[in-house]
Amino acid sequence: MDPGKITSSIQLPGPGDSTLLLQHLVRIQAEFNYIPDKAVADLSSSLGIPAAEIRGVIDFYSFLHLTPRGKYDILFSDSITDHMLGSRELITDLTEKLGVTVGEVRGDGRVSVDTTSCTGMCEQGPALLVNRLAINHLDQQRIEQIARLIEEDVDLADWPKEFFQIDDSIQRQDILLSSMASATGASPDTLTTLLSPEPDNVLDILQDAGLRGRGGAGFMTAIKWRSCRDTAAEQRYVVCNADEGEPGTFKDRVLLQRYAHQLIEGMTLCAHTINASKGYIYLRGEYLYLLEHLQAVLQERRDLGLLANNISGKAGFDFDIDIHLGAGAYICGEESALIESLEGKRGIPRKRPPFPVTHGYKNQPTVVNNVETFIAASQIILHGAEWFKGAGTEQSSGTKLLSISGDCERPGIYEYAFGTSIRQVLGDCGAHDTLAVQIAGAAGVTIPSEQFDRSIAFEDISTGGSFIIFNSDRNLLDMVQNFTHFFAHESCGFCTPCRVGSSLLKDLIDKLHAGHAGHYDINELNRITIIMRDTSFCGLGATAPNPVIQTLTNFPEIYERQVQHTDYEPAFDLDAALEEARQVTHCFGPEAHIKS
Amino acid sequence: MPEQQTFKLDSKTIPFRDGDTIMDAALRAGEYIPHLCHNPEFTPHGSCRVCVVSANGRHVSACTQQAMNDMEVDNRSDAIMDKRRNLLQMLFVEGNHVCPGCEKSGACQLQAVAYYTNMLSPHYTHFFPKRSVDASHADIAIDFNRCILCELCVRASRDVDRKNIFSISGRGIKARLVINSDTGKLGDSDLTATDKAVHVCPVGAILPKHRGYDKPIGERLYDRQPVSQVGDVAAHDEDDNHG
Ligand SMILES: Cc1cc2nc3c(=O)[nH]c(=O)nc-3n(C[C@H](O)[C@H](O)[C@H](O)COP(=O)(O)O)c2cc1C
Ligand code: SF4
Ligand code: SF4
Repeated sequence: MDPGKITSSIQLPGPGDSTLLLQHLVRIQAEFNYIPDKAVADLSSSLGIPAAEIRGVIDFYSFLHLTPRGKYDILFSDSITDHMLGSRELITDLTEKLGVTVGEVRGDGRVSVDTTSCTGMCEQGPALLVNRLAINHLDQQRIEQIARLIEEDVDLADWPKEFFQIDDSIQRQDILLSSMASATGASPDTLTTLLSPEPDNVLDILQDAGLRGRGGAGFMTAIKWRSCRDTAAEQRYVVCNADEGEPGTFKDRVLLQRYAHQLIEGMTLCAHTINASKGYIYLRGEYLYLLEHLQAVLQERRDLGLLANNISGKAGFDFDIDIHLGAGAYICGEESALIESLEGKRGIPRKRPPFPVTHGYKNQPTVVNNVETFIAASQIILHGAEWFKGAGTEQSSGTKLLSISGDCERPGIYEYAFGTSIRQVLGDCGAHDTLAVQIAGAAGVTIPSEQFDRSIAFEDISTGGSFIIFNSDRNLLDMVQNFTHFFAHESCGFCTPCRVGSSLLKDLIDKLHAGHAGHYDINELNRITIIMRDTSFCGLGATAPNPVIQTLTNFPEIYERQVQHTDYEPAFDLDAALEEARQVTHCFGPEAHIKS
Repeated sequence: MPEQQTFKLDSKTIPFRDGDTIMDAALRAGEYIPHLCHNPEFTPHGSCRVCVVSANGRHVSACTQQAMNDMEVDNRSDAIMDKRRNLLQMLFVEGNHVCPGCEKSGACQLQAVAYYTNMLSPHYTHFFPKRSVDASHADIAIDFNRCILCELCVRASRDVDRKNIFSISGRGIKARLVINSDTGKLGDSDLTATDKAVHVCPVGAILPKHRGYDKPIGERLYDRQPVSQVGDVAAHDEDDNHG
């Protein structure tokens, strides 16, 4: 790339707003396939941020690079569900066809291929991102086509449209989805209805409905909104957590694609209730394909007077929403890390307390809610608390969207009243011969068949919605290995137990998976999981050992059968270490190997 | 007058003021809670986790947890010490620490806290990361092999020196300390030997040049008394900080 061209085409902001750093970096990366030094220097002087700090931000996010990626930058989704659908064979296939090594850029700069954490397309995988745009339903034929398009240097805009088709896969509706089924487009009447009750009244209705956060933690939404409103401040913020990074979760993607107006209605309702004038949607970088659509929806609403100034004809009610893109960091789904990221920084979780409701974005009171929570809140105000409580259990009112993937005939989005048993879910989606279900994502629970009568509810199995099915042909250790790699990759690195422990766990599970582990190593696993659980700074590290803890408890046999050895076998493999010497000396016969 | 608020640290009753963390109150009362990334001159960080205690049955870091009336804090039990020992072992295997050859040996807080917790070996498999030594500065050297990512130099340079010379880059196990200069070298930064950032490193990562091993074994900071009595290395005179 001609450096002169870079200087001229990077549009830099005026001095000031350092919170836009990450957004500038995302844009520069998209334009140049990397962040040139010149851009770092320019951003540093215009935003007043030291260059090393900017490079530190770039180095934190998986989608930002200081050296050029390929013109076609391909990232295969590397979640266990992709593996189950054959992604690894397809990666080999594509890299062989293109003559490129995983993780590297081809000599001519045309293409790079790598893997990335779950891209949220689990029900239509195997999936990849090409220059951040999703292509799903991969098979050999599609891989062949992709290789050809890249070799022929066909502009992405001219790739077959069906490649970029993303299904919304709704398989089962209950009260929430069906209440919105006929709603299309922007509805001024709906917003008028939503904004007519007094804020206090809104809080009372949400409280009465018992709405709890849908992002996983299950905090009472009314309490969150009320404490935000009751904190004295110059400015309050409404933030939608659309980071959806939990492996196996994709329901927010479907909601954003299909019910963006309802989401914005929910955020506007929140703004009106807590007295906020600014909102953000933090959209994970993997969902770049949704950006244009969401921006169009926001614009449509502004044009109709449903967003921006004097909303719905209410003099003085001003509220607008910006979309911020993430850049490949799972930790940014954690609300305080999300706020750091919104402020343009590395996504390191904050000390809590204080919580975001009192000290959030720019240190002002901030409501952070999941996509589904905002939508549920607005539907409750439209249809009433009784409507909502009509579904679910005493402690878990309403319904939950489940993202179902893995071994079943009909993966997709299923909406169920809380209290529904796992057995019923499995029956509905056509799962047979099920060995285990992984619920609530990589840090969730691994449920064996004896427990299929347990139910989805805050008081039993609480979940943000990830539901991955494994049949009895599967080796659950593959899942454990995938998840431990995921956490080691996604640990933010701030605190000792998670930064070091997640890598120790990963290495031990690899050793075990390769059949080199002994009973000593199982004790080691136990030892590390306890330290991580008890001493980590945030929820990521505290729950990262869960896949190991869960399977050690519920499926000890997957460990036992790997431990055919004595107590201890060193992780260091002397014979493998001699491989380099064999390569150099071209001696490959039996005499060049050490027998163990 | 309002009644004095107190909490229990093991068997001792510790008075505290509003806004105190467990660490603040304990330090004032002369009670030792092992720590590395905490330095009372800076805002609590909570990243090394070595000050983990059990407060009313919950594991928290003493440096960030607000003290509460009648709280029961376990700071000494075997279970708590065991967790600290494991955290220290993790720090040891993450970097490259060759104490016998290290100038900071004997005056190093990591080493001293390790002794205090009876850590006899690093236990875990060493990562043996490839890290460098930056000797480009005339008066100060930095050995990244010994950095434990406590961010004290980052905080000191940002909050006290107002120079922002250090920051953290990367993520997870690849997180690392970096220097903010055009070349990334210390020599090209405007760090000076009198900067606060040069005097807060609890380990032997940031060291003054032109001297070393000038205290004989037996007279080094932690040679005669344990860290629980001596306190932080940064709180001592420069001459003592050096093995
Ligand atoms: C490591 C980690 C990742 C998280 N990822 C998400 C996420 O992707 N989406 C989400 O809504 N909440 C996520 N959360 C939970 C948020 O911190 C927060 O509780 C949630 O956004 C609050 O919204 P709710 O009350 O509507 O659920 C995550 C939490 C942790 C600890
Ligand atoms: S537990 Fe620690 S290292 Fe892990 S993500 Fe949280 S703060 Fe970062
Ligand atoms: S810094 Fe401390 S722990 Fe590390 S080698 Fe030096 S004396 Fe040992």
